[in-house]
Amino acid sequence: MASVLINVPARAKRGEIIEIKTLISHPMETGYRRTQLGAVIPRDIIRLFVCTYNDTEVFRAELHPAIAANPFIVFSTVATESGTLAFQWTGDNGFSVTESAPIVVEGPDMAPHTPQRSEPSRGTRDGPR
Amino acid sequence: MTAGGVAAGIGLASMIAVEPARATPVAMQEAIRHVVGSAHVNAGRVTLELPPLSENGNAVPLTVSVESAMTERDHVKAIHVFTEKNPQPDVVTFRVGPRAGRASVATRIRLADTQTVIAIAELSDGSFWSGSATVVVTLAACLEEA
Amino acid sequence: MRGLSVAVGVIALAATAFAGEIPRSERRSGYDFMSRETRAMQDDDTANPGMLWVLEGEALWNRKTGAAGRSCADCHGEARTSMKGVAARHPSFDAARGRPINLEQRISVCRTDRQQAPPLVYESRELLALTAYVARQSRGAPIDVAIDERTQPFLDSGRATFHRRQGQLNLSCSQCHDDNWGRKLAGNVIPQAHPNGYPLYRLEWQGLGSLQRRFRNCLVGIRAEAYEYGAPELVDLELYLMWRARGMTIEAPAVRP
Repeated sequence: MASVLINVPARAKRGEIIEIKTLISHPMETGYRRTQLGAVIPRDIIRLFVCTYNDTEVFRAELHPAIAANPFIVFSTVATESGTLAFQWTGDNGFSVTESAPIVVEGPDMAPHTPQRSEPSRGTRDGPR
Repeated sequence: MTAGGVAAGIGLASMIAVEPARATPVAMQEAIRHVVGSAHVNAGRVTLELPPLSENGNAVPLTVSVESAMTERDHVKAIHVFTEKNPQPDVVTFRVGPRAGRASVATRIRLADTQTVIAIAELSDGSFWSGSATVVVTLAACLEEA
Repeated sequence: MRGLSVAVGVIALAATAFAGEIPRSERRSGYDFMSRETRAMQDDDTANPGMLWVLEGEALWNRKTGAAGRSCADCHGEARTSMKGVAARHPSFDAARGRPINLEQRISVCRTDRQQAPPLVYESRELLALTAYVARQSRGAPIDVAIDERTQPFLDSGRATFHRRQGQLNLSCSQCHDDNWGRKLAGNVIPQAHPNGYPLYRLEWQGLGSLQRRFRNCLVGIRAEAYEYGAPELVDLELYLMWRARGMTIEAPAVRP
């Protein structure tokens, strides 16, 4: 089973730029490694990650073997309306995983094209280290 | 834009402009040409953040930010990342747009060796901009399959 | 009575501390030797890939299995409370086996004896996930393994292993991790070999692994024959390292280069 960790704010102000962080368990086997007996280990990677926001694509990443195992992808989107953010990872050997996260968007419509410049959050530490 | 980003971009532009003489390895040049076509790659606007020294090449944190208004009229369409010494030059392509709000993405990459990494941004007006960074990758002792 | 014997044990051990042992004030987690970037990876639960195993472990914790048809949660309830501090106290003495067992073995015993399910293979994804989930509940807890008359011989055995020269390089654990920590071996800093982050995500492994996997890597590094997973020698070594790191806080699942 592939486990997925998605970090999306549950609530956002309309027009706010939200940061989305995703982690998925996958070996991202490069196809360039060999076993100790010299046999090539076949490539097995996630090739594509797509995020849609209420069915409209807002982000896509095309991955190659140089993406680290258990791919971690951080990107942003403008909170436009309440609804669903859907995530799909597809790759070699029929790999396909979808996940979604709800988002509640509040507040009046902000003037267009004035994205708020905010520092990307480094996430929160859950409890003491 | 940070001063580091500008400096890196200028260094890169000289490498790309005078292809391929004493440029980055041929494979990377070809991969870049495949993406930008005959367009000129400008220096600047792209800040590529990588640790100067990596403890392990298996997962090196990478952040790319591009200076852009990110409006319908003026935005980043894609960010492409290339390496010169990995088995293949392509690392990742991020496709963004005005709905991203800001052109900033992050991931973790593999680096087979100490090398230069290049990020190229493709803008809505058809122009290309670039930034680069060099990472020294150290090797671990006491590996599993020594 | 038990409290008294523990106190006596500690006094006796303090008197026999090895000259090369790291003083308490100088004890440093492997975390302190890492780069800013690797620390950030560990600190942020949404970036720490070890959390993928924790997530899987949580699912396994709640899944009924075995002939008994019981889940971990059926007996232990909410892991956040019932498992708090448990990883900080292992290896711990198991009366039925007459020796200390580590956290992986404790989980396996529960699985075979209580759930009546097939044992989980050492270093399997399932066992690592469950161990990570249980250990995660001890994050921040100080290491506090019980040393008494029952566990003392195993602690002594672990200490002897730590100080014994072995392998073709004829090196002991202590020569690197007591005498030369902070210096470099190949491109990396030699840490003090504290076990406070396990199971942890090692960039070298591109995955989560147990303390015993790390031991085996070290043994290969000094060209010694590695003990099998779960071997008494390795469990005793775990006990010694936990005692040596007493008072340090659990970081599981940590990230290391």
